[in-house]
Parts: sequence; C-alpha cells; structure tokens
Amino acid sequence: MDPSKADIIARLNQDILPLQGYKPSRQGAPQVLGLGAIENAFPNKVFPLAAIHEFCCKDQEDETATGGFISGLLASLLLHGGTAVWISQSPIVFPPAMTYFGLSPEKFIFISMQKEKDIQWAMEEALKCGGLSAVIGEIKDLSFTASRRFQLAVENSNVTGFIIRRDPRPLNSTASVTRWKISSLPSESADDLPGIGFPRWQVDLLKVRNGRPGSWKLEWIKGKFRLIRNVNTTIHQPQKKTG
Amino acid sequence: MSKRFLSIWFDHLKTDWFSIREPRLKSMPFVLRIPSHGKMIISASNILAEKNGITTGMAVADARAILPGLEVQDDKPELEEKLIRRIAEWSIRFSPFVSMDLPDGIMIDATGCSHLWGGDSPYMHDILQKINSRGYSAGIAMADTAGAAWGLARFSGRPYVAEKGLHAHAILDLPPDALRIENEIIERLYKLGLRRIRDFIAIPRTSLRRRFGDPFIKRINQVLGTEEEFFEPVVPIEPFEERLPCLEPILTRTGVEIGLRRTLEQLCHKLSQEQKGLRNACFKAYRADGQVSELNISTSRASHHVDHLYRLFEDKLSAFKVEPGIELFTLTSSVVEELPPLQEKIWESSGGLNDIRLAELIDRLSAHKGLFSIQRFLPAEHHLPEKSIRPAVSLTEEASTTWRKDLLRPLQLLSPPEQIEVTAPIPDYPPMMFRYKGKIHKIKKADGPERIEQEWWIARGRHRDYYQVEDEEGKRYWLFRSGHYNETRSHKWFLHGFFA
Repeated sequence: MDPSKADIIARLNQDILPLQGYKPSRQGAPQVLGLGAIENAFPNKVFPLAAIHEFCCKDQEDETATGGFISGLLASLLLHGGTAVWISQSPIVFPPAMTYFGLSPEKFIFISMQKEKDIQWAMEEALKCGGLSAVIGEIKDLSFTASRRFQLAVENSNVTGFIIRRDPRPLNSTASVTRWKISSLPSESADDLPGIGFPRWQVDLLKVRNGRPGSWKLEWIKGKFRLIRNVNTTIHQPQKKTG
Repeated sequence: MSKRFLSIWFDHLKTDWFSIREPRLKSMPFVLRIPSHGKMIISASNILAEKNGITTGMAVADARAILPGLEVQDDKPELEEKLIRRIAEWSIRFSPFVSMDLPDGIMIDATGCSHLWGGDSPYMHDILQKINSRGYSAGIAMADTAGAAWGLARFSGRPYVAEKGLHAHAILDLPPDALRIENEIIERLYKLGLRRIRDFIAIPRTSLRRRFGDPFIKRINQVLGTEEEFFEPVVPIEPFEERLPCLEPILTRTGVEIGLRRTLEQLCHKLSQEQKGLRNACFKAYRADGQVSELNISTSRASHHVDHLYRLFEDKLSAFKVEPGIELFTLTSSVVEELPPLQEKIWESSGGLNDIRLAELIDRLSAHKGLFSIQRFLPAEHHLPEKSIRPAVSLTEEASTTWRKDLLRPLQLLSPPEQIEVTAPIPDYPPMMFRYKGKIHKIKKADGPERIEQEWWIARGRHRDYYQVEDEEGKRYWLFRSGHYNETRSHKWFLHGFFA
C-alpha cells in the first residue's frame, strides 16, 4: 500500500471513531485502567470511557466474577473521588467486599427497582447525570433501541456505563461498544500453600467496536490486574486442613 | 392626627380555652393547677369557681375543701403566649398593627380604622361580639393612649369608649392598679389612702417621683399621652405559597403545565431572593366541581431550581385529574431550608456525593413509582456480615467507623443465607462437597474456619463457622455451619455468598 494511502486511511479511522461513540478522554491524557496488554485490543489502545460496556453472565457465580472485574476497573475510574450508582432488581452486592478492590463502598448508591422496565428507565436517567462517574445496571433483556438510547445518553454526560446481563437470550446485537464475558478460574497459590489464592478470571472480549476481540486470563493481586501468560496445568493436591 | 388604641383583656383566657375544647366545663366550677413548692396551686379559675370564692394562687386542697365538686385539670405551660399570639394574628383583620400584651391581652392600634365600621363604638362592639362568639369572655376599651385603654378595659367593668381627648377624664375614677405599676407601689398607694387615680393625679410630679420613683411617673405620663409608648407588632409568618387564578377553567394538560411552571417560577424566585430552598412542595388545582387535585413532591436537599422541580412534578402529571376544568392553581411549600448560593464553577467535574446533579437524580428516581429502595451503606461495628453495614441517612453522612479491610468478604451476599446439603469431615474441616440448587460442587480448595459468634447481649442463636471454598470450576463460595457438631442437635450448613 502506498504510504500516503495508509496515512489517509489512518486519518479516516481517527475521524470515524468519534462518530461511533468513542470520545477522547476528558483530561486529554489517556486514562489507563491497569488492564495491561488487554488495552491493546481497544481502538487507540485506551479503554473506552464514556461508553456502554456489556457483560454476559451465565449464572450467579459468573455475575459475581463480573462484579469483581468491574470493581477492579472502577478502582482506577473512581480514584479521584467520583460516585457510582448500582441499579438492580434486588440489592445483592455486599459493600464491604468492595474494599478488597480498592473502592470506598460509601461512594456507591444502590438503587433497586421493581421491574425490568423501571431499571432501564433508572439506568437511562442515571447515565444522563453528569455528576456520576459510573453506572452499573443489572439488565436481563436489552433491546437494540434501549442500548442506543444508553449510548446517546453517555455521549453527552461522559458517564461510563456497565450493563450486567444475566443469561441473555437471545444474544442480540446492541449498540454497546464492547461485550465481555467473565468467568471464574481456579485460583493458584504460590509455593503450594494451602487454601485459596487470589481471584482469577477468564476474560473474554467477545465484541469490541473497531478493536480486536480476544481472550485473556487475569488475576487480581495486590490491588492490581495481572495478566497470566501461560497457565500451568493445575495439579489437584489432596485437600489439606487449613485455618 | 391623634392616635386611638383598643385594648382587649381576656379575663379567663385559659379556662375559656379548656371550656371550648370540653363544653361540659362551662357549667361547672373549674380550675387549672400547677405544681409549686411541693404542692398544687391554682393557676387559673373560671367564673363559677370564682363566685364560690376560689382565686388564683390558692392551694388546690383548700379549694377542694370549699367546693368538693371542683373540676381540676393540669395547666399547660406556655399556653397563654400561644393563645395570645394566635388571637393577635387573627385580629390583624381589625387593624394592621396588633401587638401582644402578655400575659392576658392584646393591644390594637386602631388609628384610622374605626370609621370603616362606622365609628368607634360599632367597631369595638363588632370585635367584642366576634371574640365572644368564639367562646372567650373579654374586657375591652378604646382610648387615645394605650395606657388609658389598658386600664379601662380591665377596671371599668364594661366595654368603654373614651371619646377623643377625654381619656384623662375617663381614668380618674379607676383604682391605681389601672396604671400598670408594681404591686408594691399599689399597696403603698392604698396605705396612703390614694384609692382612685383622681386622688393623686394632681399632686406635683416632683413629690410623686420622690416617693414612688421614676417608673411610676413614666406610667402616668404614658396614660396621659405626654410620653410615647412603643409596641412590637405581630407579624404572621408568611407561607411560601403562590396562587394563580384562571379566567377560564383550564381543561388541557398544556394549561396545567403552564400553571405549574408559572407558580414554580414565582415561588423559586421568592425562595432564591431569601436564599432558601424547598424540601417539599404541594401543587393543588381547585376544580370547577369543588374538588381539589393534588400533587406532592419532596427533594433530598433544599432546591430552588425551577427546571428540576418542574421535572419532578412532570413525572406525576399524567395522573392529574383536570375535568371539569381548573379555576385556581396553588403551590405551597411547608418545609423550607436555608440554601446559601454556591459559587459557580468554571469547569464541570464529578463532584462526588455533594454534586447537585446527583441529588437531583436521586429526587427523580425517588419520585418514580417503580422504585424499591435507594440506599447508600456505611460500616457498622458488628461482626455478623448482615449487620456490618447500615444504610446512610443522607447523601452526605460520613462514616463513623472505618471499613474493615483485614477480612475477606464475598462480593455478593445472599440474604437470607440458603441452606445447602454438605458432605464434610468432622469436627471442623471444610466440606468436601456441597449441593446447591441441585448441582453438586466438589470442593478443591478451602480456607477457614472463621468463627463469628452471635451477639449474645442482644440476640440469641448459634455461632457460625465460615469457610471460603473453591470448587473444581474455580467458582468461589462462602459457606458456614451453624453451631457445633453435636449428636443430639442437628447442625445445618448454609451458603451465604459468592466471591469474585
């Protein structure tokens, strides 16, 4: 390819990104959420803020793993004193556990609504509110129209939205910037110590607009994400008495 | 222009008030009592009791001896002031300048008012009749000076109008008590045989001053009108209310919206002038059929932001009944708080929990009918996981203790814990496998136990031994066993949460 042509294409790509809902970071400098090599998968190699991220979960365990992953992301997002809203049908998140991910639980406002429809309404209202840093919503059915409305809301308000979808059926196309699937992996403790190691997740980026989907293994250790390159085959030791 | 004062004296203020509330008391001797120096004394008595010789200040026991059938009730402290204030506010209809004359009267500055009633006498009698019809007995008098009116109301024994310029003559036959002077001086005057004002009013002031002091002279001057007297008028608290009457009955939603917006703008303008914000508001529409449609909103922090308040109302407008036409809109706020103006920011930032936009979002969500709860949690000093958090009272409430970071807690907590079937080696090993929702989980790794005792000083129950476990798929759970292993008592296992 002609170098000038490559330049033109690169420039056009840059022009297209804002039209598709990617915004350059507010402060100008890209904000790194500590995802390491995963961030290469995103356009401009920056985790897209002011956008909607969708997470698919199979069961409650997956949902918790997803919650953990999102909490890890929020740790850097809320570092400079932002507030987040967690909208769900019934409050099940246990705030003290958030301290493990470096979050201050008092900065979260938990909202529970009676119906799916109400959650979507509340989610849209919250996404429009520029005073928030992040909105997490537990929504089962997300239509394309609804996701488009969310996306339009965040484009004005710069809020980052996370949608946790439990057992979505059918897995329809939405206007979200990314679609993730997080599930738990067996933990490993160093030097064969008994007991449970640090939380470990299988992170699948199923869909990312203008990026490269991929699959990674992550561990939350000492308040940071750590990418696991080559996973050793786990040898199950006979159970030992602990504690 | 000479002034005119009207003094009203409620001679049985408190007993009248009790009789209005309990009509049977009207026909029986009745007194109120207060404790004083270890005995009950009478603080007020009605006419029937007084006819039997019972007076204020008498011990209740003595009064009962005179009149065994005496009705006695407990006095209410500060009742007088409340009643007098209420009556004074009510009396503003007779004159714009009404002041409280504690403990048992009001003073009306009637200058230039009585001609509206056709003269002093009809004016005074109208007031008296209105007061009597409410159940209060009163002495009333009108004169050129407040002092003269005061004395005439109490001591002339009948409704009395002192003609213009004749107040000094009218008081001549009154006892010295009518001068509003100290009891000590009154007693001294009686001892000297000065039983009428006319007995001493002509005595040169210098000798009066020498014997009775300056305050006495001042009172005489006030009665005669040579010294000005000042009163503090009662100013009723003006409610935060806006009204919008409609020329034609309003039938459309647009009309209602305009009415709402206009009253809101006026109210918010008034509030912002006074640096206040409302915490609740009630929008009422008076319909042509005599019914009232009503909408209520409340806010999580004081606000005078028109658009925000309008949106709160707007969400509810669909249920607003308009038929058969609205004639009057009113907007009232009963709870108003100080709202100092904020400095406007040049750039916008996520302001955390103090952000106004967040408070407005919370208001909108709480106005929604599908809402279940809005909560923010703070740490509480309890070990049981479900008690270790408490909901915050307000958006800005600070935590009184810190979050415990040394113990690992699950990200999702089941409430209540769900019972599971477990295979576990005894006595305190973690389980080998458990069944939850029909699925068997084989446990590969485990940590624990962490024993959490019940708070025996407030609650009963068994302690819990918590284990963190990880199954073969890498899913992490929080299990606990309730109580000890014991052959006689059954122990149960529960699943309490999921780790990330």
